[in-house]
Amino acid sequence: MSAHSETHEAHGLSARLTFTVWAWLLALTGIEVFLAYEKLALHLMLVLLMGLSLVKAGLIMAYFMHLKFEKKTLVLTLIPALVIVVSTLSVFFPDSIRLLNMKP
Amino acid sequence: MASSRVEELTMSEWDGGVLPYSVGHKKLGMWLFIVSDALTFSALLMGYSYLRVATPHWPTPFHLWPSIAFSTLMTFCLLSSSLTMVLAVNASFRQDRAGTVRWILATMLGGLAFMILHLKEWNTLIHEGVTLVSNPWGTPLFGATFFGITGLHMFHVFTGVLYLAGIAIGVAKGRFTAEHVEVCGLYWHFVDLVWMFVFPLVYLLSVQMH
Repeated sequence: MSAHSETHEAHGLSARLTFTVWAWLLALTGIEVFLAYEKLALHLMLVLLMGLSLVKAGLIMAYFMHLKFEKKTLVLTLIPALVIVVSTLSVFFPDSIRLLNMKP
Repeated sequence: MASSRVEELTMSEWDGGVLPYSVGHKKLGMWLFIVSDALTFSALLMGYSYLRVATPHWPTPFHLWPSIAFSTLMTFCLLSSSLTMVLAVNASFRQDRAGTVRWILATMLGGLAFMILHLKEWNTLIHEGVTLVSNPWGTPLFGATFFGITGLHMFHVFTGVLYLAGIAIGVAKGRFTAEHVEVCGLYWHFVDLVWMFVFPLVYLLSVQMH
């Protein structure tokens, strides 16, 4: 395999860190499945599940996708745009509750 | 061509020959694609959430067996395939060609296992009468949103497996570099990332409670 000249030195996640992140991802998934069977209010369930999913997504992006070790400007270019657009999508979410209350 | 002192002083990164963010073009391109694809899935999931909240008596038909058990196992398969993908990227940076191919094959196996389990689970639902436009439990939107979201995700898994196969062949032949493997890895992790949201929103929030 030809060597590719990187602008930074050869990198890669250490095996230990890889397995640790993987173990955490499995553990958080287990917690989510457990929570699904608890009789919680829908709002609470949604907040907890989405919170856990965001943590899992963060772990994958930071470690598996290597964002933690990239230039901060790359993170600043990618992530805030994503957050802003998803927030814009969410702005209309309360309208669904209005629709629900309008139904006979 | 020799540059004068003034030219040297006014030369900047914007004059070219420098990689923005210190990443290669392939990698930056893949990241930009990932952001756009993430927005596609966000729009779908937001649309589903909106429809669900606005609809009284949304069905919650997923039994522990097979639906929740299968989908949890599928989550395990995808998370483990992300693990093997990281190991593949590590091997490629070590110039370990055989190791890279091995770990990519392991990643493909995880993806295939995911698809087989998913198709089996789909089959169960289809046999219970769920289609894109109707189901025995209430609003037709249930089938539309379920198959729409999980279908688009499964399509990404499928194309991801094909992508991995292409990279594995290229690496085996000595034509592809560590960068190719890394960029492929980014796509695969993205597929896993989307599932991190699809699984709780579609499955865990529709658990059949007795």
